[in-house]
Amino acid sequence: MSLTLEDPRIVEFDVRTDEMLVNMGPQHPSTHGVLRLLLKTDGEIVHEVTPHIGYLHRCAEKIGENLSPPQWIPYTDRMDYLAAMNMNLGFSLAVEKLIGMEVPEKAMNLRVIISELNRIASHLVGMGAYGLDLGTFSPFLYAFREREIILDLFEEACGARLTYSYLTIGGATHDLPGEITIPPGLAQLTGRDPNMRLQWVDALRMFLDWMGPRIKEYHTLLTRNAIFVKRTANLGILTREMAISYGCTGPVLRGSGVDHDLRRDGDPIYTRMYEGYKYKIPVAPFTDPEFGKLPREVVLGDNWCRFFVRMMEVAQAIEIVRQALDRYPTAKGEYRVPFKMNSKLPTDEVYLETECPRGQMGFYVVGDGDAEPFRARAKSSCFCNLSVTGPLCQGVLIADIPAIVGSLDIVMGEIDR
Amino acid sequence: MRIEDIHQRLVDRFGTETIVTLKTGVKDPWIEVACDRIADVAAFLHDDADLALDALNDLCGADWLETDPKKKTPCEPHVEVVYHLYSYTHKHHCKLKVKVPRWHDGQAGQLPRVPSVAHVWGIADWHEREAYDLVGIEFTDHPNLRRILCPEDWEGHPMRKDYEFPLEYHGVRGK
Repeated sequence: MSLTLEDPRIVEFDVRTDEMLVNMGPQHPSTHGVLRLLLKTDGEIVHEVTPHIGYLHRCAEKIGENLSPPQWIPYTDRMDYLAAMNMNLGFSLAVEKLIGMEVPEKAMNLRVIISELNRIASHLVGMGAYGLDLGTFSPFLYAFREREIILDLFEEACGARLTYSYLTIGGATHDLPGEITIPPGLAQLTGRDPNMRLQWVDALRMFLDWMGPRIKEYHTLLTRNAIFVKRTANLGILTREMAISYGCTGPVLRGSGVDHDLRRDGDPIYTRMYEGYKYKIPVAPFTDPEFGKLPREVVLGDNWCRFFVRMMEVAQAIEIVRQALDRYPTAKGEYRVPFKMNSKLPTDEVYLETECPRGQMGFYVVGDGDAEPFRARAKSSCFCNLSVTGPLCQGVLIADIPAIVGSLDIVMGEIDR
Repeated sequence: MRIEDIHQRLVDRFGTETIVTLKTGVKDPWIEVACDRIADVAAFLHDDADLALDALNDLCGADWLETDPKKKTPCEPHVEVVYHLYSYTHKHHCKLKVKVPRWHDGQAGQLPRVPSVAHVWGIADWHEREAYDLVGIEFTDHPNLRRILCPEDWEGHPMRKDYEFPLEYHGVRGK
């Protein structure tokens, strides 16, 4: 519930105090990184919020002007480090569009598996950390238990656990691995022998089979928990018009009732990856009976809707990965098209957005006949999503600020670039 | 609507003085707009029912200067602002460009001026602050033109091609 001083019920018993400036952050745990919020407060009520960003700024765009695209891939990892695969993919596709490269079916299939799997991992962190913001610890532990297995599988595929640089221009650096030892977490959870050897794709299938039924438990634990609903529903309401004007994208936009997903509505070079897949795009107010009954307090565009979109996308991503796994063995072509480190870029420019877990990440690449792009620009989705905090947090209680900022699910590495 | 049709509508409304060119034959065709009228053009694109470009996907600046003496400059040195627009209603894109000289009145250090579009799209506020901070473009009529990513007392604009990293910042050695 948002309280304002104009509300007569409050002015009656509230005594106006001096305005106070409170710094929240940059080391506040619920600001998800080094974000400083300057709050202008009157008692417990916040009048104005000014976000101060830039603590992680390293001018990645300037670095991008001095490196060739394959060399810049590791820098895109470090933007949204919770969904590094999706960042790699976004930049690779932008460069591929610039040079007019078409990747084979097998590479596209691999990319769908990997990027959707990373979406699950990223949303799990989003869910766990949001629980932490609101004072519940256990969902965080479950979320990280599941994410651990995904990271183990990624480690088998590319050797890294967080900053992968796996998807690259032309496809991926390696094909998916063959036989592996079962990830320890998966062996424990499914009661298998920890020394069991199996194919990577079978380990992934085993994980998906185990993960699918767990989602219901998260809903019991968090989504429909009475305290959680009280803290999130009918709070931080972002209207459709405001969401569009402030450039909000991804789950934030869909939580406000705009049916837009780049996997379906984006550029052909991106949507052709998802051709023929069956999946539902969750959009508030969730009229589809599959989503179940919503809590009574929920209003279109509030914190709960944004959170619920993410949770539903976990289920959606599991479905997509399953379908991609079914196609993978028969997919045609190679896992990559060779692209030289010093290949020259044509004199042209492209801007391409892809659907990352946190929203639409855009890359604008300008070539001038050199190996290094003339301008490499990364438009961050979190940057736009965060810009809405100021208008969204007017007149709320201080304790509700973490609930609102957490529901935007920001990663500072991407905002500051 | 295709960009050719959007261009035609803009020419009918504003004339060729304002709508300078339509650049085709590239991957993303763009419309070049005269700097002094960009705010009016933006408001028209946003409000017109047939265009309804209600989302500003990206706004960024770029400094066109070739610093390597061995290469020839692809064009006259200038600074440009690139607008990537999208319509959720009609699902079409539009790309605009505004070109200005690298320095206002030809004096080094005087930032070039471009009218702000922050009153048309909410997000333009932050994107313009970033373009001001990194590329060094002054957006006139901007509600709050401060640095956003660099510290407030930072000197220079890092995305300029001739930018030199400071030797020292608050006692920290730079180079």
